[in-house]
Amino acid sequence: MPKRIIAGIQRVGHSTIEGIRRLGHATRFFLLVLLKSGTSLRRFNLVIRELFYVGVLSLIIIVVSGLFVGMVLGLQGYETLQKYGSESAVGTLVALSLVRELGPVVAALLFASRAGSAITAEIGLMKATEQLSAMGMMAVDPVARVVAPRFWAGVISMPLLAAIFSVMGVFGGYLVAVVFIGVDAGSFWSQMQSNVDFRIDILNGFIKSCFFGVAVTAIAVFEGYDSPPTAEGVSGATTRTVVTSSLVILGLDFILTAFMFRGL
Amino acid sequence: MQRATLDLWVGLFVMAGIAALMVLSLKVGNLDTYNGSDTYVVRGNFENIGGLKVRAPVKSSGVVVGRVANIQFSTKTYDAIVTMNIERRYQFPKDTFASILTSGLLGEQYIGLDAGGDEAMLKEGDTIMKTNSALVLEEMIGRFLFDKASDDNAF
Repeated sequence: MPKRIIAGIQRVGHSTIEGIRRLGHATRFFLLVLLKSGTSLRRFNLVIRELFYVGVLSLIIIVVSGLFVGMVLGLQGYETLQKYGSESAVGTLVALSLVRELGPVVAALLFASRAGSAITAEIGLMKATEQLSAMGMMAVDPVARVVAPRFWAGVISMPLLAAIFSVMGVFGGYLVAVVFIGVDAGSFWSQMQSNVDFRIDILNGFIKSCFFGVAVTAIAVFEGYDSPPTAEGVSGATTRTVVTSSLVILGLDFILTAFMFRGL
Repeated sequence: MQRATLDLWVGLFVMAGIAALMVLSLKVGNLDTYNGSDTYVVRGNFENIGGLKVRAPVKSSGVVVGRVANIQFSTKTYDAIVTMNIERRYQFPKDTFASILTSGLLGEQYIGLDAGGDEAMLKEGDTIMKTNSALVLEEMIGRFLFDKASDDNAF
């Protein structure tokens, strides 16, 4: 019996050490990517190519989801607010919830599953088919040539995608509340404009999306580069990218919100 | 994919993102969105505007006839000067009564115009002489309690 208890404790210890080792590994890899970003920033064409795959191809899902999230917010907000006779506040509700929280967070979650998983799978497969080692053989640094451009493309496109998401959401809310239901357009915009502050709401939302962009792409490139070079390994790494980035986004969002809006 | 096409799409994407940021900061954040219909400017001095905000509607008989353009405080008379843009197709007599009202119990505040009987109409830049301040809940409750207390003392 004590043998089994000791084995159980050992398993806990092993997974703890493994987790910390992986975290350290990821941090070192992140610093390495930053260190070797010089080439990709000098040869910006590499980043532009990745911007297409990471940013442009994510546009459709971001635009459509933003529109529908805004429409649902408008509909639900109206249903509740009209009970208190303040349905003109629906613009404020839609804009504030999108700009502060939903825009950056939902856009980042979608970005992690749309672009993050693709980055992981691509790098993982390049590793599994030994393309990365081949590059190393030709004295081309795979981190500088493959990883860094993808990282920067993700960091650049995330805030833009979040902004597009928020704008589409506000437009969706406008469609439902003003065009379909018939809330006064002037009150909709005027209440929104008098209650949304540029620095507190819009700038903080923008900063949030920058943080999420760094976190999601750093996780995606690390998981891809670190994946076991097998079909199973790549699939596991892709799953881990989506799960870990989603959890990190939500946790980071709470911490950032606490700092930004509560002034801790 | 061709370089030119790639550049085009990325360029469009970045421009769309920057445009979205601009829309957020200008249209959602602030800046005038007035739809530019023909208006004339009328001023009103209010003792207390309560929670009236710029771009709040100006209504007459419940119909939106204009918007609040600007709110300033005068250190000469120590009251608020509210500038309103009223659509040109709605003309009001000179002795029109302007009061600050609330839509619903908790709704936003707006200016209500009650037309008077004067022959002359309000012109560009005129000031409405008869105004009624916003009802401030605390003042009302305070006055009610004060009246009640003085009633009780009478007996």
